[in-house]
Amino acid sequence: MDIVVCVKQVPEVKDVDLRINKEGTDINNRDDLVMTINEWDNYAVEEAVRLKDAHGGTVTLITIGDEDAEDVLRRGLAMGADHAILIDDEEFKGSDAQGIATGLYEVLKDLEFDLVLTGVQSFDDGWGQVGVILAELMNLPYATLVVGIDVQEKGLIIHRELESNTLEKVKLSQPALLTIQTGINTPRYVSIMGIRKVRNIEIEETDANELNLPVDQIGLEGSCISVRTLSLPPAGRAEMLTGSLDTVCETVADIIRKKGGIS
Amino acid sequence: MPEIFVITEHRKGKFRDVTFEMLALADKIASANDCSVTAVLLTDHAYGLAEELKSACDCVLIAEDPALGNYSADEYLAVLEKIIAQKNPLLTLVGNTAMGMDLAPAMSTRFSIPCVSDCVNVEISDNASLKLERQIYGGKINACLLMKPSSKYIATVRAGTFPADRDRGKNAKIENFPVPAFDNLGKRQFIEYIEEITEDVDITAADILVSVGRGIGKPENIALAQEFADAIGATVSCSRPVADKGWLPKSRQVGTSGKTVKPKIYIALGISGAFQHQAGMKNAETIIAVNKDPNAPIFNIAHYGIVMDMFQFLPKITEKFKQEK
Ligand SMILES: Cc1cc2nc3c(=O)[nH]c(=O)nc-3n(C[C@H](O)[C@H](O)[C@H](O)COP(=O)(O)OP(=O)(O)OC[C@H]3O[C@@H](n4cnc5c(N)ncnc54)[C@H](O)[C@@H]3O)c2cc1C
Ligand SMILES: Nc1ncnc2c1ncn2[C@@H]1O[C@H](COP(=O)(O)O)[C@@H](O)[C@H]1O
Repeated sequence: MDIVVCVKQVPEVKDVDLRINKEGTDINNRDDLVMTINEWDNYAVEEAVRLKDAHGGTVTLITIGDEDAEDVLRRGLAMGADHAILIDDEEFKGSDAQGIATGLYEVLKDLEFDLVLTGVQSFDDGWGQVGVILAELMNLPYATLVVGIDVQEKGLIIHRELESNTLEKVKLSQPALLTIQTGINTPRYVSIMGIRKVRNIEIEETDANELNLPVDQIGLEGSCISVRTLSLPPAGRAEMLTGSLDTVCETVADIIRKKGGIS
Repeated sequence: MPEIFVITEHRKGKFRDVTFEMLALADKIASANDCSVTAVLLTDHAYGLAEELKSACDCVLIAEDPALGNYSADEYLAVLEKIIAQKNPLLTLVGNTAMGMDLAPAMSTRFSIPCVSDCVNVEISDNASLKLERQIYGGKINACLLMKPSSKYIATVRAGTFPADRDRGKNAKIENFPVPAFDNLGKRQFIEYIEEITEDVDITAADILVSVGRGIGKPENIALAQEFADAIGATVSCSRPVADKGWLPKSRQVGTSGKTVKPKIYIALGISGAFQHQAGMKNAETIIAVNKDPNAPIFNIAHYGIVMDMFQFLPKITEKFKQEK
């Protein structure tokens, strides 16, 4: 089974004081942020490698990003992927989900595969759209929020996750596209040694020009959004408890006793 | 008069709350812009369901067919393509739910209508463009978007954002839409729903929940939270990553894809407060959050916030209660 996985590099923002530039157009400390693989995509790569181990075939990774995005590809190769393609182009800056899917489509349409995996959503933009748009562009059957894949002789039996502890079982013909939800597996640990081992695997690089992508379909020009203004959420309602560890814990203990009815 | 369409969502004969939340939002937009609101109902059995929608919109548009009993992407897309092409709604609202995340991006691409997902507010601006609010970076940044002019728009709406009042004092007319023949489908087939049943403790019954997030770091540390919970007679629950990693059973997970809880006290330890988590706990009577990150979104909904390493907090607070015994 030949599998293509779309992966994205996203910034790690927990414990980071995000700041916004004066114009409100972007985060202004972007260059200081540590980049990592999008959590959902990590599960997708793991799933692809497991399917390959069980059924044979290859795993190819694709990302649209800058040259640093090579890191997520190397990481995926260390997990067991065979090939990696980097679409590196400034022209994609400001793309909406349609623009990104269009870029991925231009590469995918020339590949042979049985299955395409994406994550459910990207942590930073959170569109939750690229996978399904790509499926539509490729005219592939698809399923979103996938938490279980059973490969059968004639197609796939998929478990989709719905709300309130309910799953939906669907059958898909192949080739198909699935958007992978966290928890579908336990992604393997990737060591620095592991990444070093794959440093000689060549990463194929391409760009919008080479893909004959009209620039008016990607980036800001291709986006359905004309103006984007960012702001920090207004201060919340929480009363912040400060002071020494002991004072804070005493206050919390009082709140618990009072509100919880504990004597 | 421009029209706003709401794609209703139901499962096993019951509407999902998001349907009425969207109808409330649609009504708000419609009153500000002199639009009418149509609820689109795809089903195998409209009787009853259509009735429930009547007081919340101006028109209920029904497409009834045995193949539309359960949501299935191919059939839904085939019907909606016809409906949208014929009726030309200015704006179509879809839930940002397991159904809407599956459906809306495909509608957008197949029908060539721009779509913005996971909106927490939608307005029509002066020049008939769409103005949207959404959150990015896990809720740490708000984004206000203005869409480029278009003759139609799709927006998906975050569940739980608007009140789900069913009665908006309307009396909708009912219209039946002829369902096209389903040709060439069958690449994706609905089989069944599976409800996960567990025998674990019921977190929805607890008065106090001590809830741990990814900040707990490793499975061994859960014992610290358990010890605290034991000292105050609480139950331990968790956010999704903790259940995903198998550190606690899935039945302990709070949130959209877990359980909705409403305890007297919810103590969130090392939980950032993603909206899918908030959806499951924001109605707790008292929320206490402990997080190292002063900008964690959980502080936007907590009543009491403590910026602290939970590994300092936990032993000390546990000690306070143990001393009493
Ligand atoms: C369709 C869908 C459904 C979902 N359903 C759910 C759901 O039902 N429930 C759910 O919870 N999530 C759900 N999620 C996932 C959700 O988007 C978030 O990824 C998740 O809630 C994050 O969990 P977390 O806050 O524990 O982890 P993180 O976001 O990683 O946050 C960890 C927090 O711990 C803090 N921290 C770290 N160390 C310490 C320390 N020592 N002391 C104090 N604080 C510390 C950090 O500052 C950070 O804020 C869903 C996602 C999708 C796409
Ligand atoms: N720049 C990108 N390069 C490769 N894949 C991407 C990119 N952006 C999004 N994706 C894929 O699409 C999924 C959903 O992303 P989104 O629609 O942005 O929330 C991600 O989990 C990735 O698998």
